[in-house]
Amino acid sequence: MKLIRFAILAPLAMTGVALLAQAPAVTSSPAATAENYEEVVGTADNDAKIAIPAFATNADVATQTSAGTTSALGLSLASVIYGDLKNNGLFKPTGPGSLPRPALAQIQAPDYPGWQGRGTDMLLQGYVRAEADGNLTVGCYLYDVSLGQQLAKAGWTVPPGEWRRAAHKCADLAYSRLSGENPFFDSRIAYIAETGPKGHRMKRLAVMDSDGANHTYLTTGQSTALTPRYSPDYSKILYLSYFNGSPRIYVYDLASKSQKLLLQSPNPLFAPRWSPDGRSILYSMAIAGNTDIYKMSSSGGASVKLTSSPGIDIGGSFSPDGSKIVFESDRSGSQQVYVMDADGSGQKRISFFGGRAATPEWSPRGDQIAFTHIAGNFRIAVMDPAGGSMHYLTDSWQDEAPTWAPNGRVIQFFRTTRNTGQTGIWQVDLTGKNERKLATPGDGADPAWGPLRP
Amino acid sequence: MKTQTAIAAVFASALVLSACSHKAPKILPPDPGGSVSTDTGTAGNGAATPGSQADFTAQLMGQDTVYFDTDQYNIDSADQQALAAQVAWLAKYPAKRATIQGHTDERGTREYNLALGERRANAAKNYLVSLGVDASRLTTQTFGKDQPVALESNEEAWAKNRRAVTITID
Repeated sequence: MKLIRFAILAPLAMTGVALLAQAPAVTSSPAATAENYEEVVGTADNDAKIAIPAFATNADVATQTSAGTTSALGLSLASVIYGDLKNNGLFKPTGPGSLPRPALAQIQAPDYPGWQGRGTDMLLQGYVRAEADGNLTVGCYLYDVSLGQQLAKAGWTVPPGEWRRAAHKCADLAYSRLSGENPFFDSRIAYIAETGPKGHRMKRLAVMDSDGANHTYLTTGQSTALTPRYSPDYSKILYLSYFNGSPRIYVYDLASKSQKLLLQSPNPLFAPRWSPDGRSILYSMAIAGNTDIYKMSSSGGASVKLTSSPGIDIGGSFSPDGSKIVFESDRSGSQQVYVMDADGSGQKRISFFGGRAATPEWSPRGDQIAFTHIAGNFRIAVMDPAGGSMHYLTDSWQDEAPTWAPNGRVIQFFRTTRNTGQTGIWQVDLTGKNERKLATPGDGADPAWGPLRP
Repeated sequence: MKTQTAIAAVFASALVLSACSHKAPKILPPDPGGSVSTDTGTAGNGAATPGSQADFTAQLMGQDTVYFDTDQYNIDSADQQALAAQVAWLAKYPAKRATIQGHTDERGTREYNLALGERRANAAKNYLVSLGVDASRLTTQTFGKDQPVALESNEEAWAKNRRAVTITID
């Protein structure tokens, strides 16, 4: 089930022999072109009009994908890419539904005048080809139409069940080339799927792609599931569930579809978190009314207690380099955000905004901390790691529990509706714009965004 | 009627699936067990069996629950009266054990509310112990904001949900 990236070095007819192993691929244009391009992007506005026509194919044959034949798949690939870029808000994409489908020969030799005539700035197109072994080869090409220049290209070989990943990789290629930011579309989200009336909610662990596709329930809902976290390698999910009426931390193994208790304890356990390298796990444990944060190796063994205030110390999110942890504590009398070294030393409050500050999450870029600010309403906000430059990203009755996209530019959170208690997963970018609700089969809460997939 | 203590199998339950399957498994792994539940039924004539949970709730007339202010877990004078009434009942049935379930209103973040519910349950438990109930008879649970009894989003409902409920174990 690996997605294999290969370098597109040869003319299209020969790419079949260019299937390389997972060696780093040559994906960008020649250096001179790239340098020219950087100048362009410096002055380009972020509302680039991108045409994304249906992908071409060498032969319209059946595939083992849900999309159908290679021709239908070419349309679906472009639609997925269109969805990614449209929802991101930085671009003005035009989808395949209103564009002519290029011929295969035009994929590497675009009809620039034709696209210029359509008023598009950028052209993102590609091809799909069914391989004899059932896998699919997808090529992705980004062109600057006005310059008449290729900006980027890449190709991937994917098993049929993962065809959407090739589309996300293609969207990521365009996004990162045009925005200068790191990619993030090819990633997954763990969350809690909620159904039922407010006083009697069923809460199931579920996972999905960053665009809501490939949705899967992992638990039945017989027991409440809460607060999942993907391991950095996507092999496991830490989450909370109840056993004998007490919250416990479970480790769900995605390959074996089995789960076990993280550790045996008579005490309630909360707020499991992975370290960025996956080697350590933070958890919070309540003993006789006092909750503290502990750290343990993800391979087991003894725990180290990191906090010891008489209040509730809970949660925790590592800085990307693993050296620091941001967490929340009510030791001052109300929930506030604190930073400490990863060994628990040097604990220092950083939130001084009035109201309460909760659920801090360190950006994967390291430059920001997202959190829930509570002053009347619950709003998602960000601040720098010293507690400065705080600003709100959302304004609603109850938004909580931010989680970062792998590139640190987009945040998801969940929103609760007053009275009904209905929940939904929402997304917003760091400017506070482009807020939208994710499509989930039912209600959703506790989103946890995983890293970019390799 | 019979009390049920549901303890489901917890540990690894690998499912046999074809290696290439991308679909959700038809059989999901078993969830952890449910909470300790207890029978609130009464005898056929409406009278609770003495010493049962039904008897406890009937005798306590609402004093099986104590309420808290926003973000607080202190035991105020009304709480003290309620807990004293609980102690009187528990003293009559010294073999009975009880669990105290701590809850919060919806106006808090999920994880903090779980810890706050635990703190409230412990505050109630500690007060019962201070009045002479053997600590070994009492356990605590927390459900955070996940089990409201009042479903509206207003101060009145939130006040009802910030609570610790004592449930005797039949």
